[in-house]
Amino acid sequence: MNMPFETAKLHDCRNAFTETLEQLAAKDGNIVAVCNDSVGSSKLGGFGEKFPERLINVGIAEQNMVGVGAGLANGGKIPFVCAAAPFLTGRALEQIKADVAYSETNVKLVGISSGMAYGELGPTHHSIEDFAWIRALPNVPVIAPADRIETAAVIRWAAEHQGGCFLRLSRVGVPDLLPEGHQFKLGQADMLRDGEALTIIANGVLTHRAVLAAALLEERGIAARVLNMASVRPIDEDAIIAAARETGAILTCEEHTIFGGLGSAVAEVVVDAAPVPMKRLGVPGVFAHTGSANTLLDDFGMAPEAIAESAEALIARKG
Amino acid sequence: MDPQELRVIANRIRRRDVTAVYEAGAGHVGGEMSVTDLLTALYFNTMKVDPAAPLDPARDRLVLSKGHTALALYIVLSEKGFIAKDEISTFLEHRSRLNGHPNRVKVPGVETNTGPLGHGLPVAVGMAKAAKLDRASWRTFVITGDGEMQEGSNWEAIMAGAHFSLDNLTLIIDHNRLQQGARLADTNNIAPFAPKLEAFGWAVEEIDGHDMEAICRALSADAVTPGRPKCIVAHTNKGHGISFMSDNVAWHHKVPNEEQYRQAMAELEEAIR
Repeated sequence: MNMPFETAKLHDCRNAFTETLEQLAAKDGNIVAVCNDSVGSSKLGGFGEKFPERLINVGIAEQNMVGVGAGLANGGKIPFVCAAAPFLTGRALEQIKADVAYSETNVKLVGISSGMAYGELGPTHHSIEDFAWIRALPNVPVIAPADRIETAAVIRWAAEHQGGCFLRLSRVGVPDLLPEGHQFKLGQADMLRDGEALTIIANGVLTHRAVLAAALLEERGIAARVLNMASVRPIDEDAIIAAARETGAILTCEEHTIFGGLGSAVAEVVVDAAPVPMKRLGVPGVFAHTGSANTLLDDFGMAPEAIAESAEALIARKG
Repeated sequence: MDPQELRVIANRIRRRDVTAVYEAGAGHVGGEMSVTDLLTALYFNTMKVDPAAPLDPARDRLVLSKGHTALALYIVLSEKGFIAKDEISTFLEHRSRLNGHPNRVKVPGVETNTGPLGHGLPVAVGMAKAAKLDRASWRTFVITGDGEMQEGSNWEAIMAGAHFSLDNLTLIIDHNRLQQGARLADTNNIAPFAPKLEAFGWAVEEIDGHDMEAICRALSADAVTPGRPKCIVAHTNKGHGISFMSDNVAWHHKVPNEEQYRQAMAELEEAIR
């Protein structure tokens, strides 16, 4: 049985993104938004009303969009380049590599509706490769906030950060998980729950599911540690090594293919520094079928009950 | 600057370029010969840049989108004082910052890293847009190859440049009619460029890309059409100035042997006598 998701008020993190961006832009005239005909889906309408000159819509042209962002940064602007995550990352990947990462430009890439958010629209619109693609590039932190509070904190951080970054935002509602006033620190995980039986590591919309799974495990007398790992690159190696040593097993959950994403990043640290049994939950290297984001995540073994079952199976593998 | 002085500088840059390619055993000598007069006019006549303040916010910007001709840019930057002249001898050496494509982080005067084609014009559109937002008077120039215009990203940027009325942006197409593997006409013949750019709302001027007076005139602020970005279709010769290289597709990145090197240098020496 799946835990109900209607237990708390759910928030669309895009609202936290644009509200925060508008607040920052009111104070800093150099902040601009660049988008690809995605004013509505990026929720930039309010930004455009307040700062019409600073909303730069290049039309349906993602390669140009990222290049324009790099040029604006060269001219002293702080561009937030917003588009649906699959097209921002996939279509303009070489621009992200050459114009943002290699050129070390101050471009904030904001991939909206990431993961399975466009579940019903099919695999062309699923963004489940973006961690892997961008994580392979130097100089571009990869960050997937878990709720509206962390989203706002990440946007504030990004505006201050000198350099590029990739922020992965969903549009699927999530409850508040982090405390009001939370400050984002790049490369630092948040322990949402402590335990010694195993550690569940997740980010983005999966953090909520990991927390629900841990609650199910607790009912069975199993104390799971839950780490919210918003920063995929750089990743919190200390927290991962401590989790391996103190809990002896690590389960990762991500709205991404299991190849090259959060689970892979965690596994790289584990295998190098503290080998323990691990299991990576995610999309197992297939194009997904049709369905809502939450339905698809359930189908891929990431309903809270299924995560709890995977956790129990993993605990059984501990030596 | 007097056109004859510019010709002398351009010739010096060509000779240094051929020598560097010969010594490094690699380079894109053909395209470097075609772009040298354009770069010389930009840096020694048109653009406001200061080697003592390479990141001055008010500087004019040049994006060398045809980044494989980095050597010509490096030599221009060294002649202008951004980097030491003797550093050119490190071109392509192990750990040299002068690799085969320009890097803005390592080499002062370079504005954005290029190499993959079709990147420069979008970045230049962003630069010109930034200047417009600030109501600043600095200008942005970008040089692409003619074969490079086959990249779709350029046409995305051409649309945006016109839509944003970027009259502070100048695209210079180094129209030498040859790309890496074949003639433009035998590959994907996108020429003629002028009617296409005009149809997209750009002001277009066609010039002889080796006529220094024509280049300087086309690049001057007086030649800007208010409200429209400008495209200069510069008709050039790949391998210009060297008889056996000129208009010869074999010389995209071929390296001269000793005999060819001596002949090339002799011809270039003769050109300024």
